[in-house]
Amino acid sequence: MKRDYLLFLLFILVVLAAPLAFRGYLLNVLIFMGINTMLAVALNLLLGFAGQISLGHAAFFGLGAYLSGILTATYGCNPWLALAVAAVAVGLLAFGLGFPILKLQGHYLAMATLGFGIIVNIVFNETVAYTGGPSGLSGIPNLRLGRTRFDGDLKNYYLIWTFTLATMLLGINLAHSRIGRALRAIHDSEVAARVMGVNARILKVQVFTLSAIISAVAGSLYAHTMMFIAPASFGFTFSVELVTMVIIGGLGNIFGSFLGAALLTILPELLRVVRDYDIVVYGLLLIVMTMYMPGGLAGGVAALARWIRTTRNRSVDHAQD
Amino acid sequence: MLRIEGITQIFGGLRALENVSVTVRQGLITGVIGPNGAGKTTLFNIITGLYTQTSGKVFLDGTDISGFPPERLATLGLVRTFQNIEMFSRMTVLENVLVGLHTRSRSGILACALKLPWHLAEERRMREDAFRRLEFCGITDLAHIVAGALPFGKCRLVEIARAMAVNPRLLLMDEPAAGLNSRETAELEELLRKIQEAGATVVLVEHDMELVMNICDAIVVLNLGKKLAHGTPRQIQENPEVIKAYLGEG
Repeated sequence: MKRDYLLFLLFILVVLAAPLAFRGYLLNVLIFMGINTMLAVALNLLLGFAGQISLGHAAFFGLGAYLSGILTATYGCNPWLALAVAAVAVGLLAFGLGFPILKLQGHYLAMATLGFGIIVNIVFNETVAYTGGPSGLSGIPNLRLGRTRFDGDLKNYYLIWTFTLATMLLGINLAHSRIGRALRAIHDSEVAARVMGVNARILKVQVFTLSAIISAVAGSLYAHTMMFIAPASFGFTFSVELVTMVIIGGLGNIFGSFLGAALLTILPELLRVVRDYDIVVYGLLLIVMTMYMPGGLAGGVAALARWIRTTRNRSVDHAQD
Repeated sequence: MLRIEGITQIFGGLRALENVSVTVRQGLITGVIGPNGAGKTTLFNIITGLYTQTSGKVFLDGTDISGFPPERLATLGLVRTFQNIEMFSRMTVLENVLVGLHTRSRSGILACALKLPWHLAEERRMREDAFRRLEFCGITDLAHIVAGALPFGKCRLVEIARAMAVNPRLLLMDEPAAGLNSRETAELEELLRKIQEAGATVVLVEHDMELVMNICDAIVVLNLGKKLAHGTPRQIQENPEVIKAYLGEG
């Protein structure tokens, strides 16, 4: 537990210092990494802690982006207010949706969330008068803080990562708390958790709502950073990508979600060299990683650390011989 | 304390329980025995809210608790353990017991996520409390071990510590001695007496007759979904109906 916070402190320093080494295009990649990390952590609360799948999380991300985008670009609303409104509206929607949908389990829950994601995406595409349809919505203003306008990459980097770090801290706090334990208990044995007095139904809805709110905030930030949004960014493919980030990173591990998000953000960029074959390499990597790292990247890193420690101890033993 | 009135449970064409009525007196250890398929576990599942009975009622201290979900029963002090141990296997032993303290803690999802001061104070109190439960079951040294890595016998103890964390007034145990060796069974017997001294009423389903006869103050015998007998261990041992059910007709 203490180790998580120590690691987090170290992580903050790395995040703060990163712009010294990365500029221009690379800094832009790091901004996307921040947004993806936020989304992966949000989904991890639901999938990794409570063990409930969602194949429609891109919809919450998209709703946050579009609500914020439409309120500001079309109706001239203050961007911060728009962000807050989007978060509350998506929270209410998720809360209302959570009660019926989270009664379902396993494949059925997957199908229901998948359906929800597709419906929302169709709405983005078809309500052209509000969303601009498939060609997207442009003219979304940047966020401002006093006289500072978040328009450059560097400013956006710090803006996004402030929110991302805050989300990660929430996740770490939750993991080591009464609620986090109850969620993990539901994951391991729902019936035993209920017998212990855990109200599984309410708790699942609560974490679903929290997860949706964080995703909506990420969507808002995305809209105000990119200043342009289109439905293609919030489709089924992205929902699956989010699930992949969480699983590859390590279920229930907050730092794992960062690793998963980082990998899935960087990989497509790296694979540009192999052009059309990128999807093949991508697929193979995912298969190999899930086969040989069942604990995800976070589990892999921990195993590597253990291995280094034991080999070092062994060489010390040899030296003493 | 616990009163069951005319419970009938029908699964498809099978009458798992037929008009079973039992009264469990406070402070006693009551054993429920019977051949396989007698309906013991079904009865437990109904009392603890996992099944809804076809007909009949369950009362706890005079309150009708029929159809209450398990999480609500836990707040009333009714807890159970499982025959095949439902451990939270990826959590440590301490965390398992902390989940048992869920009903007696308040911090919500926001207080936990934001680490508000009262949440921290509560967390400290819960840890102290959880360690007392571990000590009660003699497994303090296992606190930081992941539950899934424990041998079966230890899991039993963790499950009991976890159930005791709820401060049960009524504890239902489904075959607590199943899978235990003779030394572990003897330890379990001692633990059961401690639980009784601590003021909990215990009902247990058990096949280990020696344990049942040693520890139970009252015994209920079920056979083919019907109550066959209810009495002290001695009465049960001498009851011709019971002997017939267990040994067949001579």
